[in-house]
Amino acid sequence: MFLATGAVAAVGAASVLWPLVDQMNPDAGTLALSSIEVDLSPIAEGQIVTVKWRGGPVFVRHRTRKEITTAEATPLSDLRDPQTDQARVQKPEWLVVVGICTHLGCVPLGHEGQYDGWKCPCHGSVYDTSGRIRQGPAPLNLAVPEYKFLTPTRVKIG
Amino acid sequence: MDGHSTYVPKSGIARWFEQRLPIAGLVHSSFVAYPTPRNLNYFWTFGAILSVMLGIQIVTGVILAMHYVPDSKLAFVSIEHIMRDVNYGWLMRYLHTNGASFFFLAVYMHIFRGIYYGSYKAPREVLWILGVIIYVLMMATAFMGYVLPWGQMSYAGATVITNLFTAIPLVGTPIAHWLWGGYAVGDPTLNRFFSLHYLLPFMIVGVVVLHVWALHVAGQNNPDGVDVKDVKRDTVPFTPYATVKDGFGVCVFLVIYAWFVFFIPNYLLSADNYNLANPLVTPAHIVPEWYLLPFYAILRAIPNKLIGVLALASAMGLLVFLPWLDTSPVRSGKYRPMFRFFFWLFVICCIGLGYLGSQEVSDSTTLLARILTIGYFGFLLVALPVLGLVEKTKPVPASIADAVLPKGAAAAE
Repeated sequence: MFLATGAVAAVGAASVLWPLVDQMNPDAGTLALSSIEVDLSPIAEGQIVTVKWRGGPVFVRHRTRKEITTAEATPLSDLRDPQTDQARVQKPEWLVVVGICTHLGCVPLGHEGQYDGWKCPCHGSVYDTSGRIRQGPAPLNLAVPEYKFLTPTRVKIG
Repeated sequence: MDGHSTYVPKSGIARWFEQRLPIAGLVHSSFVAYPTPRNLNYFWTFGAILSVMLGIQIVTGVILAMHYVPDSKLAFVSIEHIMRDVNYGWLMRYLHTNGASFFFLAVYMHIFRGIYYGSYKAPREVLWILGVIIYVLMMATAFMGYVLPWGQMSYAGATVITNLFTAIPLVGTPIAHWLWGGYAVGDPTLNRFFSLHYLLPFMIVGVVVLHVWALHVAGQNNPDGVDVKDVKRDTVPFTPYATVKDGFGVCVFLVIYAWFVFFIPNYLLSADNYNLANPLVTPAHIVPEWYLLPFYAILRAIPNKLIGVLALASAMGLLVFLPWLDTSPVRSGKYRPMFRFFFWLFVICCIGLGYLGSQEVSDSTTLLARILTIGYFGFLLVALPVLGLVEKTKPVPASIADAVLPKGAAAAE
């Protein structure tokens, strides 16, 4: 009898506490902005565009042939966080990466650093044209978000 | 009631802690071993109910404050955001608005219990006064909370109540400007009301602590109004008897509360408050929330601005003097038949005034409101002092045990 009462009381307590906790989770408005669509047609070759996704920057880079070849040719042993370029892109001319430095969260600057990728002004991390970490304190490559091509010129991120 | 705690710590760690901060002993002596009169009825559960409601209001209020924006352009919209977008936001909001109403329902039951059974009489005068202070703080908190949604009724209510201060000669208008932070209710008013609305409940918690402390010094009153004479015969330990009885009272109360929250959440609210505040248009029919209606009726009944405001203030302020206005040596209304008659007339006055406060002003409502206002003040200023001197009371039982235990048991124990 005590066990049954205790079980019901536990379920009751959990059902009271859950809304009090869940109200702090992202609300419907935030969830609605959890995916965005980006039109790729105005982005010129060699250009990097920054879009806002889930409150932070995402870099969409229209890569040149030279940038693609350099990225693909990099030996994995040169990389702190080894990943092939092919594993990081769906179409080689479009690089989509989260623009947040994996060190402590600053936004790296595009077309900077010796690989002409990105360089983070905060503590000097250097990324290549595939967004992979090459120098500096950052431990990981720039994250690749979930995205898909709705059409060859329109991509949905998130 | 005082004396050494009977609490014995059970483990080494408990003993170590108890020597340094005897909080477990305090809780034990206040809420476990505490001798409680054995004849308390369910009207004594409202203290626990009030504590639970205060807790609910603070928890839901702090959560709402995570999502609400106290800016006149965004307040209304932020509440719709809470209702529609925030997970369980609708629940938090309805719990909070209905919680305020149920908080007042419980406080009125608690106050009328105190008046009927003479709980305000010596040695509980300070306990009573602390209670009146809590009541006034509750009304201030509720009033400011109602302004926050920035609906039509919020704005109108804020304007009317802050305008009361302009009745004070000379300094009234400067005081009103100081309260508003401008020449009318506006953004500065909203911001400071939000700050104070967040603050006041914690002041209420402080006064409640003093209130419970004062209670524990004198011990509870009881329906027979007879002091505890023999702790073993007249009382039972708080836990489990009062704990469980309070728990049951709380559960029944919460069921009714839940009925409102889940099935008729807007029943006690004014529909006009779902319209955004417009400083240039006042709604045709202004009403405060139901728990402020009796005072609103008294204010409207009096044709003079300053005297109306004074009547409003003294309707609340006179309550402080209740222990001295009542001259009867007999404590409980149970043994005072004439007092009982006037007490129920007083209750009818309060409910009647509440009803009239919700109605449009007309000749008949004004006349009736004036009669009931005279009844209200008459009870406090005439009936209470005079009754104690002229009424014939019934004989009071010798002790609590004699009042409720069967004859043999009372003698034998």
